[in-house]
Amino acid sequence: MERRKALKTGGSLGLLGVLAVLGLVPGSASAGVGRAALEAGNLNDAFDALGVSLPENSELIKLTLPDVAENGAVVPVTVESSLAHIEQISILVDKNINVLAANFIIPKGVAGFITTRIKIGQTATVVALVKADGKFYRASKEVQVTQGGCSA
Amino acid sequence: MGEATRIRATVKDGQTEVKMLMQHEMETGQRKDAAGNKIPAWIITDVKVLHEGRTVLEAQFGTAVSKNPYLVFRFMGGAKGEKISVLWTDNRDDKRMDETVID
Repeated sequence: MERRKALKTGGSLGLLGVLAVLGLVPGSASAGVGRAALEAGNLNDAFDALGVSLPENSELIKLTLPDVAENGAVVPVTVESSLAHIEQISILVDKNINVLAANFIIPKGVAGFITTRIKIGQTATVVALVKADGKFYRASKEVQVTQGGCSA
Repeated sequence: MGEATRIRATVKDGQTEVKMLMQHEMETGQRKDAAGNKIPAWIITDVKVLHEGRTVLEAQFGTAVSKNPYLVFRFMGGAKGEKISVLWTDNRDDKRMDETVID
């Protein structure tokens, strides 16, 4: 009886349901930062929500983005780090309404390397925050924005 | 269900590089329409990438990821023909899973 019920439930869940049960569907319950961090309105609040006090600057983090972004809606950003045991990489923009643009969980065996494209509302400082071996490190770079990207 | 994510995975010198382009508006919730009404936020919030079922990347997006999110990352290992899956969920609870094989 129990088995039959389980089978029936499995059937009605559909593919995504089964994937969710297997933990394969990303969702708010998955590991990583909470939405509070992603909705933080300034760097300090975002650092608080991420559990960071004052991250050290590190020369082992290379943050690549243009000096001047003509279109703030699409700014390419690359974070590359040779720090050992990287667990997490976050990209923040100090002047954006929500400062944390994206957070990445880096499992073992995955390189400390992320390229993505973000929106930057006005001239701002972009911060790459890297958690390695339980400690946070950062690198920052200013980008001049000619045409803002949050209202575009 | 949005449109398919375009995924390209290539292995070179023992390292696999995965490039993906998700199809999504990524509306920030900060814009107004012609009538002055706020356009509600509509964003991908969570992404997961699997290599043969093993998680190789998890991401959480805020409102500042550009429209049609683009991501590149690399992991050690991987072989031609092995499966890469990209899953995302947005704030309307829409979900999508797309797959490719390593080239």
